[in-house]
Amino acid sequence: MTDRNDQQPDGTQSGSTAVPDPAALAGQQRLAEQVTRTGMFGSSTTGDTSGYGGLQVRRAPRVSSPRPYGSYFDEIADNLQAALAVADASFGDSVEQVVVANGELTFYVRREHLRAVASKLRDEPTLAFEMCLGVSGVHYPGEAGEELRAVYHLLSITHNRRLRLEVTAPDADPHVPSLVDIYPTCDFHERETWDFFGLIFDGHPALTRIEMPDDWRGHPQRKDYPLGGIPVEYRGATIPPPDERRSYE
Amino acid sequence: MTAPADHQVHGATATGTAGPADSSSGEQGYGGPGYADSGYEDYDEGRVYHVSGGDWDEVISDAADERSGDERMVVNMGPQHPSTHGVLRLILTLDGETVTELRPVIGYLHTGIEKNMEFRTWTQGVTFCTRMDYLAPLFNETAYCLGVERLLGITAEVPERATIMRVLLMELNRISSHLTAIGTFGLELGASTVFIYGMREREKTLDVLELITGLRMNHAFVRPGGVAQDLPAGAIERLREYLRVMPPLLGEIRGLLDHAPVYLARTKNVAHLDVTGCMSLGVTGPILRAAGLPWDLRKSQPYCGYETYDFDVPTQATADVYGRYLVRMDEMDQSLRIIEQCVDRLAESAGPVMIGDAKIGWPAKLALGPDGLGNSPDHIAHIMSQSMEALIHHFKLVTEGFRVPAGQVYAAVESPRGELGCHIVSDGGTRPYRAHFRDPSFTNLQAVSVMTEGGMIADIIAAVASIDPVMGGVDR
Repeated sequence: MTDRNDQQPDGTQSGSTAVPDPAALAGQQRLAEQVTRTGMFGSSTTGDTSGYGGLQVRRAPRVSSPRPYGSYFDEIADNLQAALAVADASFGDSVEQVVVANGELTFYVRREHLRAVASKLRDEPTLAFEMCLGVSGVHYPGEAGEELRAVYHLLSITHNRRLRLEVTAPDADPHVPSLVDIYPTCDFHERETWDFFGLIFDGHPALTRIEMPDDWRGHPQRKDYPLGGIPVEYRGATIPPPDERRSYE
Repeated sequence: MTAPADHQVHGATATGTAGPADSSSGEQGYGGPGYADSGYEDYDEGRVYHVSGGDWDEVISDAADERSGDERMVVNMGPQHPSTHGVLRLILTLDGETVTELRPVIGYLHTGIEKNMEFRTWTQGVTFCTRMDYLAPLFNETAYCLGVERLLGITAEVPERATIMRVLLMELNRISSHLTAIGTFGLELGASTVFIYGMREREKTLDVLELITGLRMNHAFVRPGGVAQDLPAGAIERLREYLRVMPPLLGEIRGLLDHAPVYLARTKNVAHLDVTGCMSLGVTGPILRAAGLPWDLRKSQPYCGYETYDFDVPTQATADVYGRYLVRMDEMDQSLRIIEQCVDRLAESAGPVMIGDAKIGWPAKLALGPDGLGNSPDHIAHIMSQSMEALIHHFKLVTEGFRVPAGQVYAAVESPRGELGCHIVSDGGTRPYRAHFRDPSFTNLQAVSVMTEGGMIADIIAAVASIDPVMGGVDR
């Protein structure tokens, strides 16, 4: 019993271990991550009968994929590295994480360097991503400090390659630089992402709502915006939003 | 523009917007003595004229009296204008008959499909996304399912027969979509026979789709892991009959349009957009191929086994409306070639059309009963009295759905209008965390300003028709 009392709740030894165990350090880091889900099924109303009610699922750590990335992905990374070597910010400064998954390459770009990276990707002949396929917003309210994402899909017709850029912005400061003057096609797409997620694209020539009415309040595709956010009324009778309809009380 | 203020002319729908500064005499309502009159209101921005059944000559002369010499006018076109393909609104700034500025306004058909998909299972998502671009529903479904399958890591396990059926359905759908595009195109330029021909041939295509999927549109037939049903009895014969009758019918449309002088005058060298313009504006599909670049995802980044089919990518070098028309006509011929190869393969092969993994493949098979297509008695007997596992899988899949590993994926197909991309994000749950569609109509519509500014007002109709936007896909 005394041995167990020595242990801290997070599983590390409180004793006088001078040299920190790397595994214990990794564990500590892991435990410092945010809890994203509790229980097996994330139920909050009824009891979790699976026996896993105490389970805590933490946010996955941000880990870059190891080299080699495979396919043509290493070549893109090398060429971008070479192109950014003469720029203000190096590859390491601009790209905080490289992820290879599902046969696709993703660069997580720091927003302050997005424009530099995008213009290199477009102009450098070895990269030649001539076409941008628009912006897709994603909202992760649980990921503090990087709740909002702008995801760009780029296509190189010259080399027949694809690449994804992901940029994060906190809810408190929802600003991302606009790419309209680099990829004019982003005009509508950035307006759409502003409309649905409230991401402000600095430098966009006319960032107005595009799908919702001009006087709409809120940004409907954020996770904190309910489905059917306005009551639907039909001749005096109201119906609940679609995700709450199946209640027979 | 140095004009101090604009003259704005509202369309026929604007009578209801009488403001506080109403100084007109003709606002007594429909049927009243002022019905045919045109009134105006003075705003800070300038004078706004209402045209409700009035005479344009009077409006123009009134406006000309007010500010002689200033020909500039802001005209609202749509969103109910018949030739704007649904609810597209264009705000035109005109100098005489020349368009100096054009701004497209969209959003009138926004239905929140992407948001709704986050509240339904992965399989139910198909039913939503099929309704986006309603002229190309099978492309929406396939793009979405290819994405879900890649996230699940089951791309290689989708049965061969299901993949062939997807290709078959997509190519049939491409023909029906192009026929609608060309038919309405003819109607908008005043050729109503072309519209009748186009709709008639489209109906033949939809009949085949109905035979295979059960529905003319909004099929929800392609599912994650395969397709909903195998080909019904008699489908192969029906498809062969379709392949026999279609080429001459398409030839009839070509005979009407290819060399018609009026048609050529309205389409040749109109709404020019070259490859550079397409690249910077993200324009894909027939517009890009009519500018001379043979970029077709079926060839360059094949999916669904398109690399095993024998077909060509038609291109034109004119970059105008006529070139886009020719590309669409040639693409239908190529689609017929692909359909023929699909039919041959389907006639020879047999096998499942849904993935064998019981944790993913939709379990309920349908069967033809005396009162139509309904529950399969065999399947019900299997789950109710033979296999406990089958019952559990059925129950879990139908109520909860399957889980998809966390991650994101971008799957793209070549829809009739260009690259249709689907960006899907999963958090590991039974529902999409985020599903976003890069609809080609949405992107291509940005090019309408570039195509029309500096041209004549009548060419707007041809330009919009050559983009072939489907507002269901634009607004989602």
